[in-house]
Amino acid sequence: MNDPLVVERRLFGRIEWFLLLAAVLLAGVLAPLAHALLPEGAALRPSSYVVTLAGKFACYAMLAVAMDLIWGYAGILSLGQSLWFALGGYVFGMHLMRGIGREGQYQSDLPDFMVFLDWKQLPWHWWNSDQFAWSLLMVVLVPGVLAFFFGWFAFRSRIRGVYFSIITQALTYAAMLLFFRNETGFGGNNGFTDFKTLLGFRITDPAVRATLLAITVGMLAAVFIFSRWLVQTRFGRVLQAIRDAEGRVRFCGYDTLRYKLAIWTLAAIISGIAGALYVPQVGIINPGEMSPANAIEIAVWTAVGGRGTLIGPILGAWLVNGAKSWFTMAFPEYWLFFLGALFVAVTLYLPSGVIGLLRALRGPANPEKQA
Amino acid sequence: MRAARSLRAGLYALLLTVFVVPLTARAEVSQEALRGLASEEFDVRVAAIEQLVSTAEPRVAVILKALVDGALALTPGGTVLMSVNAKWFGAASGEPVAKPSVEPEAIMANNALRQQAESALALLRLFSADSQVRLIAVRELLGQGAQGDASMLPVLDRALAAERDPAVLSVLRMVHAFAAASAPEADRRLEAVRTLAASPLPAVRTLLAKLAADDGDADRRVRGAAAAALAQVESRLLWGEWLGRIFAGLSLGSILMLAAMGLAITYGLLGVINMAHGEMIMIGAYATWGVQTAFRAWAPQAFDWYPVVALPVAFSAAALVGALLERTIIRHLYGRPLETLLATWGISLALIQAVRTLIGPQNVEIQNPTWLSGALNVAGATLPWNRMVIIGFSLAVLLMIALLLSQTRLGLFVRGVTQNRPMASAIGVPTDRVDLMAFGLGSGVAGLAGVALSQVGNVGPDLGQSFIIDSFMVVVLGGVGQLAGTVFAGFGLGLVSKFLEPSAGAVIAKIVILVGIIAFIQKRPQGLFAVRGRALES
Repeated sequence: MNDPLVVERRLFGRIEWFLLLAAVLLAGVLAPLAHALLPEGAALRPSSYVVTLAGKFACYAMLAVAMDLIWGYAGILSLGQSLWFALGGYVFGMHLMRGIGREGQYQSDLPDFMVFLDWKQLPWHWWNSDQFAWSLLMVVLVPGVLAFFFGWFAFRSRIRGVYFSIITQALTYAAMLLFFRNETGFGGNNGFTDFKTLLGFRITDPAVRATLLAITVGMLAAVFIFSRWLVQTRFGRVLQAIRDAEGRVRFCGYDTLRYKLAIWTLAAIISGIAGALYVPQVGIINPGEMSPANAIEIAVWTAVGGRGTLIGPILGAWLVNGAKSWFTMAFPEYWLFFLGALFVAVTLYLPSGVIGLLRALRGPANPEKQA
Repeated sequence: MRAARSLRAGLYALLLTVFVVPLTARAEVSQEALRGLASEEFDVRVAAIEQLVSTAEPRVAVILKALVDGALALTPGGTVLMSVNAKWFGAASGEPVAKPSVEPEAIMANNALRQQAESALALLRLFSADSQVRLIAVRELLGQGAQGDASMLPVLDRALAAERDPAVLSVLRMVHAFAAASAPEADRRLEAVRTLAASPLPAVRTLLAKLAADDGDADRRVRGAAAAALAQVESRLLWGEWLGRIFAGLSLGSILMLAAMGLAITYGLLGVINMAHGEMIMIGAYATWGVQTAFRAWAPQAFDWYPVVALPVAFSAAALVGALLERTIIRHLYGRPLETLLATWGISLALIQAVRTLIGPQNVEIQNPTWLSGALNVAGATLPWNRMVIIGFSLAVLLMIALLLSQTRLGLFVRGVTQNRPMASAIGVPTDRVDLMAFGLGSGVAGLAGVALSQVGNVGPDLGQSFIIDSFMVVVLGGVGQLAGTVFAGFGLGLVSKFLEPSAGAVIAKIVILVGIIAFIQKRPQGLFAVRGRALES
């Protein structure tokens, strides 16, 4: 974690800027271009599986950054991040469902599941969902506003620590149950899938996939740089003070409610955006994405990478999800054992994660830094 | 095949002996009615069954049984025969006949017809000499629903006149009234409606409402009587419904309280959210399953008492696992509650997968002992015994824990450490050991909850997951460090959700409760019952 006494003036060092730009160039420009322009089967052309996977991992990384902002920097362990993620996904999924038009199985203007339920018109919350700009606005507003109100009530009554975690978990759980119902109007158990078009383009078109990946990687870079800047501002430093001793910060005259509420809402919005980018690339969203288990997994990515480092959680998200992909293919029986052991091992032996481990290895050169 | 045949033959013999009851009026079993059974038309076949039943002839039972079993056949000459053990009998006479030269055509019965024959058989069994058989038959008729079938009326009249057994009589009156409610004579209908007013059955309401409607019964008196009876029945049903809901709420509350009690101890004491608490419940339930299986294998005669043995086994198993976790993992994380939350979640994942791998991902089957099966009927509400015993059991556990905390040395230490850990440690309380004991105790109580749950719900690897969030809500609502909070919050949440569920549905009820809890802690952030302290950080 950052040493509170050393104020970082620069966003990144020169090498870090270089690495960051190189990564963005590779994943956000070259790979999409190669996918879109090179012919099928060319040696350098990333397959659509790889492009989708890269997009998925970039979305996870965004989620991890959001988690790090609230947990790593403000000390609030939210078990509701999967809810904001899924809400963003659902909002954008609604727009994609409208994009199916009459291509669905029942050739109706309504999404198939509504025809199946014998609904005659769109429910009120689908209003305007065919407008792209409106949907983008809602992707930000729906998680943002909901998180704002929930956070306001929760922080106002000084719900902290595990209490807050549990309440957010209950919220996520209740929302999941709600979305599982057919009557809620979000496709129930199956959620949304079988998307066809986005802004008139075929969603399976390589150019569309490539563009989505480029946007996602760009978004991730923007979120990362913005977060890095944010935690170095006065606002960010107050947040870290709240994390370490909220009572004292309050006695110093800071209204901690505002700080916590701001970072909480911001994290929810980032998660929502990640969800909105996730859905068109993966092609499905269902209530399972909201499950409390997913929310806790996000916390583990963050813990594995190292809290309060921003880059660590991104690495953590990739490591854990990479391990998950491999395990569920090679030894599906043992994935939960591994994940469980990972939870325990990281909390017991790696409190500052992979990044902390790397720093400790490099430690002797800069002993004060690892305090 | 052989065994099945001889069994069937035995059944016929039994039926023949059972139906030797003198009847007031007798008609012959006509060949015409028998041929009707073989008709192509469903209506004709049903009418034939009705005609056969109305003779109340003992042979009819044998014939209908044979129809259900597909043992009837029609000769080209139009005689209905019955084959038993490859021998042929005349269906009407029951006399053996020579094997027909041409193979007779078997009379098939589809499901609908079979159902008709079964209910006709139940009707016939009303004349059995054995009052137990009659009781079962009359209950079956009542269960088959009160369609108000007036065609059964002549047979029911006779049965009612002959019946002496009071238990059979009371049910038979209801069956009779159901049928009589559509009798052609208005006076009979009136009488039937008055009888039905005393019935505890929900189905009565539908029937009475139909009769009381403006276009219901032709007779004005019957309509009036039906309306009066309906009001009477409805008020009684309403009471039953309320009683049922209160009971369901108390039952859910007792389970929530059991599940949350151990959690409240560990959370209050250690400030640790044990996400693996649900899995301790699961371990308790699986321990019950293990004890049950052992009893079935080695002591089937004492099977009824396996839950009693399961209690200490489940307690010890869960307590042992809990203590082990405390020693190896959780104690290293004191003072870092958020990390403990993650670590215990990881433990719960591993425990779930361990059960899946070792025992299997499907639910295991747990059988209630006889003294926990069945239900008590009070004022139209059904109160299952197992749930009543669990309510009592949860109160007993509560009492034990309360005594343990207030009367023993360990309890004193636990309270001391909960209130002020450094101070307790400074005056010589071995906080280390207290933590271990308290964690074991909390886990053990979860194991006991598992025994209780195994008697009312499914037991599978995911059992704990479904309880963890609800039991945390109980702890959050009740406040920490006070058993009273857990008790009130548990029963309160149970009652509220059972009262919301019928009108709002289970999911909406859950959401309403969650919103309610969030609103509530705006007012009382520390829960219903909080230990007041001056510490800045709680």
